[in-house]
Amino acid sequence: MSKRVVITGLGVVAPNGTGSEQFLHSLKNGISGIRFIEELKELGFGCQIGGVPDISQSSFLPAIEKYGYTDASDVIRLAIAAGLEAWIDAGLEIPDRFESDPDYESGCIIGSGIGTADIFGNKIIPHTNEKNIRRLRSTIVEHSMLSGPSAALTAILGLGNQNTFNSSACSTGAESVIMAFDRIASGKADRMLAGGTDAFSPYGWAGFDAMRVLTRKHNDEPEKGSRPLSASASGFAPGAGAGILLIESLESASKRNARIYAEILSGEINSGGQRQSGTMTAPNPHAVIRCIHSAIKSANIEAGQIDFISGHLSSTMADVIEIKNWVKALGLPKQDFPYINSCKSMTGHCIGAAGGIEIVAAIMQLYHGFVHPSLNSEDLHPEISDIIDREKIPLQLIENADIKYVAKASFGFGDVNTCLILGKL
Amino acid sequence: MKEQVITVLKKYTFNPAVWDNATNQSRIIDDLKINSARVVDISLDIEEIFDITVEDDELEKLVTIQDILNLLEKKKGD
Repeated sequence: MSKRVVITGLGVVAPNGTGSEQFLHSLKNGISGIRFIEELKELGFGCQIGGVPDISQSSFLPAIEKYGYTDASDVIRLAIAAGLEAWIDAGLEIPDRFESDPDYESGCIIGSGIGTADIFGNKIIPHTNEKNIRRLRSTIVEHSMLSGPSAALTAILGLGNQNTFNSSACSTGAESVIMAFDRIASGKADRMLAGGTDAFSPYGWAGFDAMRVLTRKHNDEPEKGSRPLSASASGFAPGAGAGILLIESLESASKRNARIYAEILSGEINSGGQRQSGTMTAPNPHAVIRCIHSAIKSANIEAGQIDFISGHLSSTMADVIEIKNWVKALGLPKQDFPYINSCKSMTGHCIGAAGGIEIVAAIMQLYHGFVHPSLNSEDLHPEISDIIDREKIPLQLIENADIKYVAKASFGFGDVNTCLILGKL
Repeated sequence: MKEQVITVLKKYTFNPAVWDNATNQSRIIDDLKINSARVVDISLDIEEIFDITVEDDELEKLVTIQDILNLLEKKKGD
């Protein structure tokens, strides 16, 4: 008998909001975090816009300094800020480092799509090439290793359960939440911090620019650049940040009388195997539909009960494919298709952090009862408007929305898929 | 000189209580509870402050606060 799993804490550092309060305000008011980035222009990027979070606004900056992570990769610093916010938001305390024992019931799975490219580009590679290796100092490994985010949170919180890293491209953040969900459901942990983190670094974003998957048409109007579902979408706007959740067994949350934002009813992960029409960069629709079907079945609900979809929808040609997949997977009459929006329309595509940030956004909408606007979708792609009603993709905030069930999906290079069903408790 | 050395060491001690009974004979790792990996950083800080170079074999011999002070005296004499 698997345990019921709930979400009791939210933490976020997003391009349009540092901390949950600011992020919630931006979601409701349709505030974009996409800006022109001078450095990208100087480096000759085709895309010179992106979403870069302002970590200097984080109330957890003193903790980052206290524990010696000021010079660490932003992947780690963002994860500390979002992870501690989720921990505190759940009503948990930061234990005294010298007086506490390991907390064997709590762990951490924090993933990243790009990893610590920032510190390799800014420090490790230049110092090594200059034969100046000693100057990297003894902290360089802990400041750059991929498990750095979970290791740092462990150092601060004394986490004694599984502490690890995961990576599955743009589905990373959602995957880490599902891995944590599985661990708690199986009874191997009571509490897990889980989510994704990715930093701003030209070294991390250059590859996407070279692939020409980033928009080049909105350098002079950055806030218009991320336009999921739009006929004029021309590629995604890159983003950075971290979204981390405190996931907990219902039993544990109830015992300590914690506030519960939502229940995770199911979480499915699969891959299209890069077969049929699936490739390294394009999803196999059969696998996407299978993933959504499995999630709905495991949640023990009907497709028609889903009130709202938080899509992957990244402002590329794949948006049309995604909508077609949702329509096929749910099999509902056009008028019964649920609301759907794209958080990326405000944050850009935060790669490995996207899933974490967007699950935080989805839970905020479920818990507070609203659907945020999907910016820049005024010119819906005709193949989308043919199969779902315009009103299901809000351009304005929908308040007092009665949302009981949310489907959240993330997809990634490598033909990997994730789908969660979240429910109001 | 000692004050500057203590300032450097304090950067790497998380628990202020370790300084309550500290003496020149206090061991950097065992008594001040400084992570052994940080001795490298301490030597780099000292190099910058006192404009000296700490060789690898000298680094290995830095066990106590007094060892650091002795090394600095020696380097000053050189």
